[in-house]
Amino acid sequence: MPGLDRLETRLRASRDAGRKLLVPYLTGGLPGWTDGVRAAAANGADVIEIGLPFSDPVMDGPVIQEASQRALDAGATPVTILEEARSLDVDVPLVVMCYYNTIHHPGHQRFAAMLASAGIWGAIVPDLPLEESGPWCAAADVEGLSTIMLAAPTAPDDRLPLVCARARGFVYSVGLLGVTGERTSLAATATALARRLKAVTDVPVIVGVGVSNADQAVEACRVADGVVQGASVVRRFMAEGADGVGEYVAEVRRALDQGF
Amino acid sequence: MNPTPSIMSKPSESGRFGDFGGRFVPETLVPACQELEVAFTEAWADPMFRAELDSILKEYAGRPSILTECHQLGARLGIRLLLKREDLNHTGSHKINNVLGQTLLAKRMGKKRIVAETGAGQHGVASATAAALMGLECKVYMGAVDVERQALNVFRMKLLGAEVEAVHSGSRTLKDAVNEAMRDWVASVESTHYCLGSVMGPHPYPWMVREFHRVIGNEAFAQCQERIGDVPDVVVACVGGGSNAIGIFSGFVDTRARLVGVEPAGGAAVGRGQPGVVHGMRSYLMQDEYGQVLEAHSVSAGLDYPGVGPEHSYLASIGRAEYPTVTDAEVIEAFQLMARTEGIIPALECAHAVAWISREAPTMQGQTILMNLSGRGDKDVGQMMEILG
Repeated sequence: MPGLDRLETRLRASRDAGRKLLVPYLTGGLPGWTDGVRAAAANGADVIEIGLPFSDPVMDGPVIQEASQRALDAGATPVTILEEARSLDVDVPLVVMCYYNTIHHPGHQRFAAMLASAGIWGAIVPDLPLEESGPWCAAADVEGLSTIMLAAPTAPDDRLPLVCARARGFVYSVGLLGVTGERTSLAATATALARRLKAVTDVPVIVGVGVSNADQAVEACRVADGVVQGASVVRRFMAEGADGVGEYVAEVRRALDQGF
Repeated sequence: MNPTPSIMSKPSESGRFGDFGGRFVPETLVPACQELEVAFTEAWADPMFRAELDSILKEYAGRPSILTECHQLGARLGIRLLLKREDLNHTGSHKINNVLGQTLLAKRMGKKRIVAETGAGQHGVASATAAALMGLECKVYMGAVDVERQALNVFRMKLLGAEVEAVHSGSRTLKDAVNEAMRDWVASVESTHYCLGSVMGPHPYPWMVREFHRVIGNEAFAQCQERIGDVPDVVVACVGGGSNAIGIFSGFVDTRARLVGVEPAGGAAVGRGQPGVVHGMRSYLMQDEYGQVLEAHSVSAGLDYPGVGPEHSYLASIGRAEYPTVTDAEVIEAFQLMARTEGIIPALECAHAVAWISREAPTMQGQTILMNLSGRGDKDVGQMMEILG
């Protein structure tokens, strides 16, 4: 149902009104994480990504690996996290970021129903490439969930339109060759891939992985429609709690609002 | 030859053996996997590549490996026991077959660097060796626990010019070394080939690595014909990821021989797992009720892996191969049994196969058993010294 996706509709409306999109990420199940989500929502997030911790997070660098391990050690499971997510009364769409085995284990339809009943809008599955995504996408479509596809800098030109055609909500433009984590500068690949994507799709293009602070967010948004803030948010949450998240999201929000 | 296609033929277009396999990798790696599939397909069909690899296997690795009959142990157990001596290959295990194939391919693809994961260190040593031979840069990821218990192999890798990085995440064993090698590859994919050490991972690895180890089965089949004029009744190998087992099974899968892959009780993916997806493949996997991957526990670092290659899952699902388990205690016993009766110190991994044979011999009286002795036990002597006090 391209064009009818509710997350995409909402994000397009914001973008077309001149707003750059800000997508903070927080690992679900960390003690007090729901307060972190509320703080992000109250300070200018457009979508919030909730990470479902997995034992083997191959796309994640040290900060999110540590957060995942802490959440797992605290007893977090997809069921407990979705229970808590259901109770969140924020006015910002929530999506989950989860590795594919978290979906595969309960089964596509059952997991999609779990997300929908928890009020989740969509899912990002970093180890589920286009060719393997069919069964999950079908189940997600049935529940009205947006499957946010990732596009990588290594993709040849002919692959990008295929990825964009299957993307719902937004396209996650992977900012660099590498795993999640903060870097001292924005990789050249970040804007280069966003530019290539913008040339082939009108779906909102949001850059994630390696966008590490407000300046880099502004730099990425010179081309892209928005940014994901992952490790920078998670690190602050683990060090400073929800207040640290709120202050940081507000800082990036201000920079994006003033920069454009 | 056999008029029907082999049970172990090429996987489907999506890289599947039945319902198992596939390519579950981050988008960043999809083009690299596709490129590797094309490169391997072309190289494998190229007589020049095959001739070059055969020549290196012969003149550098020491192939063909011999077949040794265990007269004492066989008599004691009431069976005829033949060993395929992969332990006598250069670097001391079957791993060199795959590594020479992959590094030759990496050079053909213009890659300058390889990364590898290792458990016991055998694949790491083989990778470091082949990288030295081929003039490639090499980095090996190894779980911190394994770095401790396989210190000698760590030093060997460094001697050979490789960089070894201890992995401190998760269970700090083979599973986590694979994660870290994949993370490296995600960042370095343009210059680097991931030299995966078993018949696992995303397509085309399970197929490609099996083809590089097919030489074990091909040789063993011919050697059995010559030695016993028949195929053995049973073919046995240990299974972690399953590369040595796949190699020897490939020579007998279309015969009447019973195929047995022996898993450690603490890492029994087929025996105790359910289908799951990790490290790029759908296969049997030890996992909890939410799909979190469980930590394996085995005395043998090389089998300390909660998953298994997808083709083994397929062979198990169609009933062509069976995957029993043995305990650490049985393995330690078997390690000593083979040393004392035959003067051969097996790798702890292979001692799993010995342990199963020894336990099940009463049900196989008079039968001929072919076991893949896939590695030598020198690396395990220090660990055994501690265990046996």
